[in-house]
Amino acid sequence: MDILSSFNYWAVIILMMIGFYIIIANNNLVKKIIGINIFQTSIFIMFISMGKVIDGTAPILSESATLYSSPLPHVLILTAIVVGISTTALALAIIIRIHTAFGTIEDDKIQQEIK
Amino acid sequence: MNSQLLISASLLLPILGILFISLARKNANLREISTLIVSMALIYVVYSLLPDVLNGIYPELYLFDVTSNLVIHFQVEPLGMVFACVASFLWLINSIYSIGYMRANKYKNQTRFYIYFALAIASTIGIAFSANLFTLFIFYEFLTLSTYPLVTHKETEEVKRSGRVYLGILLATSICLFLPAIIWTYQLTGSIHFTPGGVFDKYEDPVIILCLLLIFVYGIGKAALMPVHRWLPSAMVAPTPVSALLHAVAVVKAGVFSVVKIIIYIFSPSLLSNTIDVNVLLYLSGATILVASIIALRSDNLKRRLAYSTISQLSYVILATALLVPISIMGAVLHIVAHAFGKITLFFAAGAIYTTTKKTKVSQLNGIGKSMPWTMLAFAIGSLSMIGIPPTAGFLSKWFILQGALDIEAWFAVSIIVISTLLNAAYFLPIVYVAFFRNSEIQRDRVYHEAPFPIVFTVFSTACITIILFFFPDIPLQLAKLLIGENI
Amino acid sequence: MITSQLPALQVILPLAAAPLCVILHHRTLAWVIALLVSIFSFCISCALFNQVLSENTITYAMGGWVAPWGIEYYIDKLTAYMLLIINGVAVLVLLGARRSIENEIASDRIYLFYTTFLLNLTGLLGVITTGDAFNLFVFIEIASLSSYAMISLGKDKRSLYAAFKYLIFGTIGASFILISVGLLYVVTGTLNIVDLSEKLLIADNRATITTAFVFFVVGIGIKAAIFPLHLWLPDAYTYSPSIVSTFLAGTTTKVFIYVLIRFVYSLFGYEFSFFVESFHYVLMVSACAAILYGSYLAIKQDSLKRTLAYSSIAQIGYMFLGISLITELGLMSSLIHIFNHAFIKVGLFLAVTAIIYSYNTDSIEKIAGLAKTSPFVFLLFIISGLSLIGVPLTSGFISKWYLIKASLEADYWILVFIIVISSVLAIIYIGRIIEAAYFKVSDKQTATVDLDKKIPYLLFVSLVFISCINIYFGIETTLNVDMASQIANELINK
Repeated sequence: MDILSSFNYWAVIILMMIGFYIIIANNNLVKKIIGINIFQTSIFIMFISMGKVIDGTAPILSESATLYSSPLPHVLILTAIVVGISTTALALAIIIRIHTAFGTIEDDKIQQEIK
Repeated sequence: MNSQLLISASLLLPILGILFISLARKNANLREISTLIVSMALIYVVYSLLPDVLNGIYPELYLFDVTSNLVIHFQVEPLGMVFACVASFLWLINSIYSIGYMRANKYKNQTRFYIYFALAIASTIGIAFSANLFTLFIFYEFLTLSTYPLVTHKETEEVKRSGRVYLGILLATSICLFLPAIIWTYQLTGSIHFTPGGVFDKYEDPVIILCLLLIFVYGIGKAALMPVHRWLPSAMVAPTPVSALLHAVAVVKAGVFSVVKIIIYIFSPSLLSNTIDVNVLLYLSGATILVASIIALRSDNLKRRLAYSTISQLSYVILATALLVPISIMGAVLHIVAHAFGKITLFFAAGAIYTTTKKTKVSQLNGIGKSMPWTMLAFAIGSLSMIGIPPTAGFLSKWFILQGALDIEAWFAVSIIVISTLLNAAYFLPIVYVAFFRNSEIQRDRVYHEAPFPIVFTVFSTACITIILFFFPDIPLQLAKLLIGENI
Repeated sequence: MITSQLPALQVILPLAAAPLCVILHHRTLAWVIALLVSIFSFCISCALFNQVLSENTITYAMGGWVAPWGIEYYIDKLTAYMLLIINGVAVLVLLGARRSIENEIASDRIYLFYTTFLLNLTGLLGVITTGDAFNLFVFIEIASLSSYAMISLGKDKRSLYAAFKYLIFGTIGASFILISVGLLYVVTGTLNIVDLSEKLLIADNRATITTAFVFFVVGIGIKAAIFPLHLWLPDAYTYSPSIVSTFLAGTTTKVFIYVLIRFVYSLFGYEFSFFVESFHYVLMVSACAAILYGSYLAIKQDSLKRTLAYSSIAQIGYMFLGISLITELGLMSSLIHIFNHAFIKVGLFLAVTAIIYSYNTDSIEKIAGLAKTSPFVFLLFIISGLSLIGVPLTSGFISKWYLIKASLEADYWILVFIIVISSVLAIIYIGRIIEAAYFKVSDKQTATVDLDKKIPYLLFVSLVFISCINIYFGIETTLNVDMASQIANELINK
C-alpha cells in the first residue's frame, strides 16, 4: 500500500531517470535537450502532485468548498516552465550555431573536431 | 638624528637609489655614481645607529598592523646590527667592483642589474632589522624574488634552468616549511615577536619543539643546510658580483642570520638546552660541513668550489649556534662577519681572473699569480681566513667556536671543525700554490694583466679588512657580547 | 525614502538596463550604460554595506507582500559582503571590457554581450539578496542562462560547444536545486529561508530533509564546480571571450559558494549539516582532491586561460576546505579567500585579456619576450600571480595565513601539507608563465606582436586598480578580515 500511496513519486523518479539517461547516453545534441525537458517535466509533476490536498478542490474561493489544494506549487511551476522554455530556446539557438560552425550536431564528431 | 627616522631611512635609501638609477638609466656614469652615493649614505645611516645599540638602547620602528597580531615592526638589536653593518658596507664595495666588472665584461641591461641589486639590499636591511617573524618572512621572500633577475641576468637557456632551481627551492622551502612553522609558532604561543628569552613556554612538549626547530632550519632554505643547498651551486651562473652578493653579503647570510635569530629569540638557547637534544642539529650541520667540503675538493670549476665552500661555512654558523654555549654563539656572530669578508674576497678574485683571462677552472690557473699578483695575494688572504689561520678574521671566529665546543666537551663538533679545517686547507691551498709556483704553458704565448682598477682595488681592500678584523674585532665582538649577555 | 528601496533597486537596476541596451542597439552606448549601471550598483552595495553595519539585517518585502507569503529580500552582513565583491568585480571588468570585446566578439553582437552581462549581474545579485528559496532558483537560472549566452558569443567556434556543455551541466544542477526546494516545501509548506530554517527544526520528516540536502549539495556542487563536478569549467573559461572568462572566474562560482554557506548555515542549520549528515568529510575530501588535481593540471596546460581555469578549480577547493573545517576560523578563512580570490583571479584574467588583445595568442610558449614589449602588463600579472601564490604583503598571503591557521587549530595536519604543496604547484604554474614571458625569444615561435594594438588605456587602468586592490588587502585588512570574522561569528553562534 505504501508504494501505491506514493505512486506520484515513482512516476517522477522513472521520468527523471529516463530524462537523465537520454542526456547522458544520446549523441545527438537536440535529443540531449529533449532529455533535459523530460527531466524538468518530472520535477514539475513532483511539485504539482505535492500541491494536491486529499479531498481538496481547486483553489477557487467558493462557499461550498472548505478544503482547497495548495495553489502555490502551481504558481511556482508556471515560473519553472518559463525557465525551462528559455533554457530550451537558448539551447536550440546554440545548437543551430553549432550546426553552422561544425556542420554537425553529433557530440562525438564535434569533440573530434575540437581536438 | 631620531633613531626611528634612521631605521626608515635605512630601508628607504636603497629604494631611493632605485629611483635615481632608473632616472639616470641613459647615462652610465651618472647611474653608477648614484649607486655609489646611495650606498655611502646607507653606510652612514646604518653606522649612526651603532652607538645607540652599543649602549644597549635598541631603537624600534612600528609600522602598522596587517591584521590582528601581524605587525610590520622593526627593531635594531645587536645581531641585526652586525648583519646590517656588514651588508651595507659590502654593498658599497660590491658596487665599486660591479662597475669595473660589468663594464669590463660588457654586460647588457646594466640598469636592471643595479636596480635589483638595490632592491636586494633593501630586503637584506629589512631582514636584519625585523622585529618579528612576519616581518622577517616578508623581506625574506622579497630577497628571493629580487635576486632572481640578478641570477638570471644572462638570459640564456642554461641560466633559465638554474634560475628555476634557485627560485623553486627557495620559494618552495619558505612556503612549505618556513611559513607553516611561523603559523604553528603563532598558534602555540600567540606571539611571533623576537623576544629575549624566547616565546615558548618552558613546559612545551619537547617533540614539538624539536619538530619546529627542524622545520625552521630547513624552511630557511637560504641557510643551505643539506639537502636544501642545491640552489646555491646552480645560482653560480650569475655574474660574479651577484655571486658575491649571494654568498657573502645578502642571501646566505640572511639565511644563517635568520636561523641564529630564531634560535636565540624564538626558542632561546636555555629552552633548547633544557628540553631537547639539540645534537640532531649538530649532526645535520656537521654532515653538511663535511659533505660540502668533500664536494668542493672534487670540483674543478672555481666558482663551484667556492659555492660548496660557502655551504660548509654556513653550516659552521649553524653548528656554532647549535652548541648553545655563549662563547660559541659569539663565534657564530663573528663567523658571519669573517666569512662575509673572506668569501667576498675570494669571489672578487675569481671574477677578476674571469674578467682578464676568461678562465673558470682551477686546473687552468697555473702561474696566474705571476701575471695577477695583487689579485692572487688577496685570494691567498681570503683562503687563509677560510681555513682559519692567523692573522685573519676567520681564525678568531673558529677559535671561539672551538673553545665553546671544548668547554662543553662536544667532541663531535670538535672533530668536525678539525677535519673540515684540513679539508679547507686541502681545497684552497693548492690553488694558491699553483698560481704562484707553477708555470703554465699558455703563459708563454700571452701575458695577462691585472683586472681593471676598481676590481683590483676592491679585491685588495676586502682582503685588508679581513686582516684588520683580526686585530680590531672590537665592534662585532661587543655586539656579540651584548647579544649573548641578555639572552644567556 | 530611497534608502529603504535599495535592496530592490540593487537587483532591478541592471535588470531594467538590460533591455535598454537591446533597444539602443549601439555597441559603445551599451558599454556606457552597462558601466554606469555597474557603478551605480556598486554604490548601492556600498550604501547597503554601511546600512548593514549599523542595522545588522535589512529585510525588504517585495511588492509589499510580507514574508513568509511574499518574496522577501534579506540582507545581512554576509549578503552585503558578497554584493560588494560581485559589484566591485563587475565595475572593474566592465571598465576594461570595451576594446577587448570589440576584438573578440563579432561587431553586430556586441550590444548583446552587454545585455547578457547585465542580466547575468542581475541574476547574481538576485541570488545573493533574495530570501526566498524558489526565487533563488529563478535568479540562479537567470544568471546561468545569461552566462551560457555570454560564453557562446565568442568568435572561437569551440566556445559554442563549451556553452552547450555548460548548459547541460548547469541545467541539471539547477534542476537538482529545484528538487531540493520542492522537497523542503513538502516538509514545511514555506519557501522563505528564515521561515524554512525555523520550521525545519521542528519538522519530523528527516528522510525527506536528508534527500533535499543531498540534492541541494549535488546541484550546488555542479554550479560551484567543486571537484569532481567541475567538468564544465575548464572549457567554459578557456574558449569564451576573455572578458567573459574574467567575469565568470571572479563571480559565478563564488556566488554559488555563498549559496552553499547560506543554505548550510542559515537554512539546514549547522548542526544538521555537519553533525547529522557528516557533510564536512565529503566536502573536505573533495576540496583536497580539487586543490591537488586543479593545481597539478594547471601545470600541464599550454593555454594561459586554461591554466588559470584549473587554478580556479584548485582555489575553489581552498574555499570549500575552509568551510569543511566547521570552525569559526575555517569559515572566516573561506570568506576571506572568496573576497581575495575574486580580485586575484580577475587580475590574472584581465592581464591575460590584455596579452590576448595585443599578442593574439593564448599559448604560453608564444608569449616569450612579453616582459620587454609590454613591461607594465607583465608587472601587473606578476603582482596578481604573487598574490595567488601567497607571497606576503599581497592579499593571497592573508587568505593562506588564515587557512593554515584554521587547519592547525582544527588539528588537521594533513591539510596544512596539502595547502603548502598546492602553493608550490602554484609557484610552478605561475612561474612557468612568468618565465616564458620574462626570457627573450630563443627561437622563431613567437606570435607577431600587433603594434597597432597597444593595450587599451581603460583595460590598463582597471588592471592597475586590481593590482592595487591585491596589494592593499595584503596590507590593510580591516575591511575583509573583520567583516569575515563578524559574519563567521554570527553564522556559527546564531
